[in-house]
Amino acid sequence: MKPENQELRLIDTAHLIGEVEDYRNKGHRLVNVSCTRAGEEFEISYSFELDLRFENIRIIIPLDADIPSISGIYWGAFIYENEMHDLFGVHVRGMNIDFKGNLIRTTVPYPFRNTSFKGEGPCQDR
Amino acid sequence: MSRQIVMPFGPQHPVLPEPIHLDLVLEDETGVDGMLSIGYLHGGLETLVEKRQFPEYVYIAERTCGICSFIHGMTYCQGIERVMGLEVPERAHYLRTIWSEYSRLHSHLLWLGLFADSMGFENLFMNAWKHREFVLDVMEETTGGRVIQGSCKVGGVRRDIDQETLKKMERDLKGFEKGLKEMANVFLNDDSVASRLRGVGVLSRNDAYVCGAVGPTGRGSGVPIDARMTGYAAYGELDFSPVVEQDGDCYARCAVRVNELFSSIEIIRQSIDRIPGGEIEVKVKGNPDGEYFSRSEQPRGELVHYVKGNGTKYLARSRIRTPTLTNIPPLVKMLQGCELADVPVIVLSIDPCIGCMER
Amino acid sequence: MAFFEMAKTAIRSFVGKPATRRYPFVPGKVTPLSRGHVTIDVASCISCGMCMKKCPSEAICVNKDEKTWTIDRLRCIVCNSCVEVCPVHCLTMDTVYSPAVTTHSGLEVFHITYVKPEKPPKADSVDENKEQA
Repeated sequence: MKPENQELRLIDTAHLIGEVEDYRNKGHRLVNVSCTRAGEEFEISYSFELDLRFENIRIIIPLDADIPSISGIYWGAFIYENEMHDLFGVHVRGMNIDFKGNLIRTTVPYPFRNTSFKGEGPCQDR
Repeated sequence: MSRQIVMPFGPQHPVLPEPIHLDLVLEDETGVDGMLSIGYLHGGLETLVEKRQFPEYVYIAERTCGICSFIHGMTYCQGIERVMGLEVPERAHYLRTIWSEYSRLHSHLLWLGLFADSMGFENLFMNAWKHREFVLDVMEETTGGRVIQGSCKVGGVRRDIDQETLKKMERDLKGFEKGLKEMANVFLNDDSVASRLRGVGVLSRNDAYVCGAVGPTGRGSGVPIDARMTGYAAYGELDFSPVVEQDGDCYARCAVRVNELFSSIEIIRQSIDRIPGGEIEVKVKGNPDGEYFSRSEQPRGELVHYVKGNGTKYLARSRIRTPTLTNIPPLVKMLQGCELADVPVIVLSIDPCIGCMER
Repeated sequence: MAFFEMAKTAIRSFVGKPATRRYPFVPGKVTPLSRGHVTIDVASCISCGMCMKKCPSEAICVNKDEKTWTIDRLRCIVCNSCVEVCPVHCLTMDTVYSPAVTTHSGLEVFHITYVKPEKPPKADSVDENKEQA
């Protein structure tokens, strides 16, 4: 098995649109947009691929900040951005198709924003 | 110009195997736009990493999807192995490849059956599922589970297949392939199938790229993306090339899957021929600390498992980006300007797996 | 033009034997590896609780004080995890599937009958002496 080398660059939120446009012009495919809560911040990673080369850019934003949408550049990005909004409560500005929080119907709003499973016992309460 | 109406479609619909809701904007019988909403199956599997230790999360990762479960488990294991720097034995890689390809056969046959059903070809539907039964039997014989194999673990595989069984598997493939050829002939050459599929739900190459189509949906539009070419597991040592069709309609997507059946059989043959002996797992010590985007090719397309460890037994984050999620924007593109009667065929042609998609 | 491509296959399946089996009357296929349901040998369980800790679906509960081993059959996902981690191999995977039910039949409780064998007193006292020293 050949291990895949993955590049990860941390960039500033202000440069996000420019960087993504660069990738689009170079012909990269948008693979994934993922959000992770790290302490009091969100890490948002954008992954691109061209000719089996996998590259990531990452922005780190505070919990209540909003980010610009990349759906103007990659049309299909709306699905990731809506998902991110519905699960984490990240506000995305200017999505081309905005479900307004109705893409994934959840009982609790923004269920992944605060998860607290830790400390539960190994077997269910009976 | 006639009046526009909005027609709800799903989540309960005779041809839809899974709950997905579409709001179709129609002008007479022609679809102008389609907007979908999901969320009937959201279970929050990703957050379970905080509750389950990373070796046990394999079972959860596997149960993300009931059809390509082995590949989910394998991709997750690959991610953890990479973060922890584990060297998995060659034999385990080959076994993983064999099981992955059987999963692909199983998934494609299931899909071909459902697809035949969606265009009203019941006989073909039953025939496809008859062939699928053979694959499920091999799976149960070698792993103990028909659809949830549970044979992958961090650091290798749980079960070995002895040489005799491997030989038997290779022998049985011959008869199986003969049956498949007969069935493929109907899918590819019968006029009643072709007239139902040709020119329906066309996705141009450019749209496929911009919307991020992966797997057979992308390959049907001439975008040669196949994550197997990155050479994970034993794929780097086997000879195969992605199956690509140029037309971008439902027929092309169907043809990609039919032809992939034979390419999968070829990969299984090669793996059985070249499988080395030796250990099937390595001991896992310590906890993962670091992050990795693990990629693999599912029957539906490229799968990404993002794992992030923090040096404890519990991972900080697992993100599962399933191929269906990426194939939803292309579906929205395809629905623009289609006929109402074609909607079931178009929706099924991307092979939607909503269970995977919402996790 | 190619019509009736399916006819040959269809006629063959019409004349030939059925591909399915009449399930409740004919037993289902079972292979030696099939995962059916978990069984416990109550005489050798040392109630260590490993199966409870490693169970991904929280189906197993081990109570050390009451000496019980409880399983919720409808929660169990038959993943073989408990069988693999059991240090004394008292759990086994049976190949027979649990029957389908329409109502939850409740938790299955097993009473552990294992009695800890007494260690030879001499070895014990030697150990204690070592610890004190």
